Amino acid sequence: MDTRELTCINCPMGCRITVVMEGAEILSVTGNNCKRGEIYAKTEVTAPVRTVTTTIKVNGGTHDRVSCKTKEPIPKDKIFEVMDVINRSVCEAPVRTGDILIPDCAGTGIPIVATKGVDNI
Amino acid sequence: MNQHYDIIIIGAGVSGCAIARELSKYDAKILVFEKDEDVCCGTSKANSAIIHAGYDAKPGSLKAKMNIRGNELMTKLAEELDIPFKRIGSLVVCTDEALREGIEELYNRGIANGVPDMKILSCEEVMQMEPNISDDVVCALYAPTAGIICPFRLNIALAECANQNDVEFKFNTPVTKVTQIENGFLIETPEGELYSNAVINAAGCHADEIHNQVSANKLHITPRKGDYMLLDRSCEGFIGHIIFPQPTSMGKGILVTPTVNGNTLIGPTAIDTDNKDEAPLTSEGLEKVVLGSAKNVKNLPLKQVITGFSGLRAHEDGGEFILEEVKDCPGFFDCAGIESPGLTACPAIGEYMAKLVADKLSLSKKQDWNAICHDVIKPFELPEQERDQLIKEHPEYGRVICRCETITEGEILDAIRRTLGARSLDGVKRRTRAGMGRCQGGFCSPRVMEIIGRETGISFEEITKNGGDSKILLGRTKDES
Amino acid sequence: MRADIVIVGGGPAGLAAAIAAAKEAPELSILILERDNELGGILNQCIHNGFGLHTFKEELTGPEYAERFEQQLVGHNIRYLLDTMVLNVASNQVTAVNSNDGVFTVDCGAVILCMGCRERPRGALNIPGLRPAGVFTAGTAQRLVNIEGYIPGKEVVILGSGDIGLIMARRLTLEGAKVKAVCELMPYSGGLKRNIVQCLDDFDIPLLLSHTVIDIKGKERVSSVVIAEVDGSLKPIPGTEQEIKCDTLLLSCGLIPENELSRAADIKIDPATNGPIVNESFETSVQGIFACGNVLHVHDLVDYVSEESSRAGKSAARFVKKNEIETAETKNIRIQKGSGVRYTVPCTVRIANLEDDLIIRFRSTGVFKDSYIDVQFDGEQKIHRRKQIITPGEMEQVILKREELEQCIDEITVSITEG
Repeated sequence: MDTRELTCINCPMGCRITVVMEGAEILSVTGNNCKRGEIYAKTEVTAPVRTVTTTIKVNGGTHDRVSCKTKEPIPKDKIFEVMDVINRSVCEAPVRTGDILIPDCAGTGIPIVATKGVDNI
Repeated sequence: MNQHYDIIIIGAGVSGCAIARELSKYDAKILVFEKDEDVCCGTSKANSAIIHAGYDAKPGSLKAKMNIRGNELMTKLAEELDIPFKRIGSLVVCTDEALREGIEELYNRGIANGVPDMKILSCEEVMQMEPNISDDVVCALYAPTAGIICPFRLNIALAECANQNDVEFKFNTPVTKVTQIENGFLIETPEGELYSNAVINAAGCHADEIHNQVSANKLHITPRKGDYMLLDRSCEGFIGHIIFPQPTSMGKGILVTPTVNGNTLIGPTAIDTDNKDEAPLTSEGLEKVVLGSAKNVKNLPLKQVITGFSGLRAHEDGGEFILEEVKDCPGFFDCAGIESPGLTACPAIGEYMAKLVADKLSLSKKQDWNAICHDVIKPFELPEQERDQLIKEHPEYGRVICRCETITEGEILDAIRRTLGARSLDGVKRRTRAGMGRCQGGFCSPRVMEIIGRETGISFEEITKNGGDSKILLGRTKDES
Repeated sequence: MRADIVIVGGGPAGLAAAIAAAKEAPELSILILERDNELGGILNQCIHNGFGLHTFKEELTGPEYAERFEQQLVGHNIRYLLDTMVLNVASNQVTAVNSNDGVFTVDCGAVILCMGCRERPRGALNIPGLRPAGVFTAGTAQRLVNIEGYIPGKEVVILGSGDIGLIMARRLTLEGAKVKAVCELMPYSGGLKRNIVQCLDDFDIPLLLSHTVIDIKGKERVSSVVIAEVDGSLKPIPGTEQEIKCDTLLLSCGLIPENELSRAADIKIDPATNGPIVNESFETSVQGIFACGNVLHVHDLVDYVSEESSRAGKSAARFVKKNEIETAETKNIRIQKGSGVRYTVPCTVRIANLEDDLIIRFRSTGVFKDSYIDVQFDGEQKIHRRKQIITPGEMEQVILKREELEQCIDEITVSITEG
């Protein structure tokens, strides 16, 4: 048996939720004050995901960094791998918002897209 | 650097620079050494910015003489060097009937020192002049010749003027050793050594260390720390005069004064320390400033504080200015123990010291000395037509960089490009006020850094707050190293 | 120059106000004056996501959210000038400066103030210690990292747990910095729970509640800070001091609406918000000058800024068209803040000017659990709504129907009562 403690993010209450698990199976969720808390806790203990937002190098543009994000949330434990790939990548100006800058980042199957445009110099 | 100078001045504060400017009237090869990256980095940058009337110092003392003479000279100096200076007058406020005599004593001392136009005001007269004065006011000494000045411009302008009259400046260069040799001195610095016929020691809090290298009659300087708080310009008009409490043995006490830029300044405390280079603000100090200022002025809008700072006064054990050729070391001149009223006294100190040195070295005056030196052009202080013409010809004066103080790119470029120009954020700030407003550089500092980088070729990462290792940034993002 | 409506500031508030005004009255000319070199304001440096859930029903980053609005400018009678600083505002004239036009005035029918806010700097916090390089407000650091691409520090302590501070804790961690602690003076965080979990907990960054910085060390660059726990009156407790080695201190200690232009125009300011006092139309005490967004009161969600600014833009357009908003014949109802309420926006209502519902936004004075939001009309209870939790960090609102409001004579009171 495994016990996980979480803070719910759905509202300012920030309920302390306790999830008891047996392997991958959830035995109980306690401490939440509403249904949304239970749903959050179940996702968070089984497959937590996060959207990574950062910047990426640009060549030949009016700026040499542009903001970008993972198009979909990625597994939480892949955050630093994804950052590492982005940090080592360079894209070429011009960049438009929504452009795919890295097609499949760090084997997540999820692309990195630009969240702002950069014009040519 | 193995060169020979007629005169070496150690220290580019107001004293050193005032002496440099006066000596630049003579035919002589002069160099000013400064350990920091810019002029105005020590005592001169953090003080009350007051031009005192001169009733405080003991009659007959050098402090008294230099104060009176400095105050007299300031009007002309401010005109020549384009320094913001306003004679707004000071009030020494008595809030305790038992201490009324002290005000009369101060008045008599002022008369003995030669302070013009003083008056002892009744409680009603004071309240009429200053509606926000404490209800406890009994009477006050009014001295109309006291004033407020921009201490940065004063110091910088003295240096700029000296420099345009051929005085050299070397920054980031502490003098490590002074040795008397035959016919002069050997000056050692980490950058190398050089020779000089005369040395002027204007090293502020460190003047005792320099002096003690060459003389058997030791000096001892105690750094006396003072904490201040600065209120936003939105409080302009809250008070109209410099408001002092009655003085004590530790100094003139906690004052409340407008600044030339419309801020309100309160402070300082007076705490003896043993650190000559660091002046940390303390919460006890700030508390004292708040309590002290509240004794004389009521309802101060303390929510409008935009910054606090702390300065060091160079207090010599004798409590007197030391302005003389050192008896057991001919050719070595001390300008030491310059605490309050040093800022007021600096033009007089310059005049006095320059005469001592010029007589000693039998210097003769130059033909082509230039007394005039202009401040950074401030477009929003110009008449409308001139302002519009300036922006038309130089569009950079239409680009506002510092929002709080409305400082344009043109002014920042001028601060960097001019003689002895700024190389750091603080250097730009002291010359233009960019970053001195209510957001304290939050919005403009990245843009000022960009301009410094573009103009000087210093890379963004090497730009400092105030020289040395005070770098603003510690690297680039996405940097593999 | 001439424009029917001048908007001071091209951030989220200014953009939304401009678009709404143009939609309300396509015949009016609208001019946005922006001091930065691009539109979008602070959104440009907020590259994190979480924007737009209310407005666009999807999660966007700051730059994406700004771009959605910028795209809507096209096809409307809206012009904008960048790198343009407004120097002075009156109800029918705005003075500004830029490098192309020099100092110029724009005659106008109405003005909308959208200048946003600034961060409280170190000096205003009276933090003792030395003054080395390496002390930044969180927003300045955010600009340096996200727009300029530089690292302000490698070992970081953050004072204040406002959302920008939390976001920067994660952002700096992702860029390789070590964030050693986030100290919060209050016993609760002013930031969103989601940010505490996803910006701090995810990276094991400690959040130290009831802690503050009592000393900054380092002559040239920050070398350490001393933190201490504070007691109930927020004073440091002797003996709880600990020194943390770091090269950087970030400050996320509150935002101040930028109302210098408003004050110079003699607009009445609410000391609780530091923003103008406005009525239901977002009109300030000076007729013809409107205000919205963070210059009015500091928001936690940009979606609310956009919504509020749209209302302000629409009101300004109606004002210019009719050359007045109904004033004389309509009664002016005061909105009073009752117990537990720090401020309300708006402060007065003229029912005749309401098209539909009235939204009253407010913040609490502290944390309230299992309590009620109460609304009274002239002392008579109208709303008694239970809330599990109310915190100062999250703006609350009540919506009142126009026909309900007809029953009110003098004043509406909003308060929070314990359960």
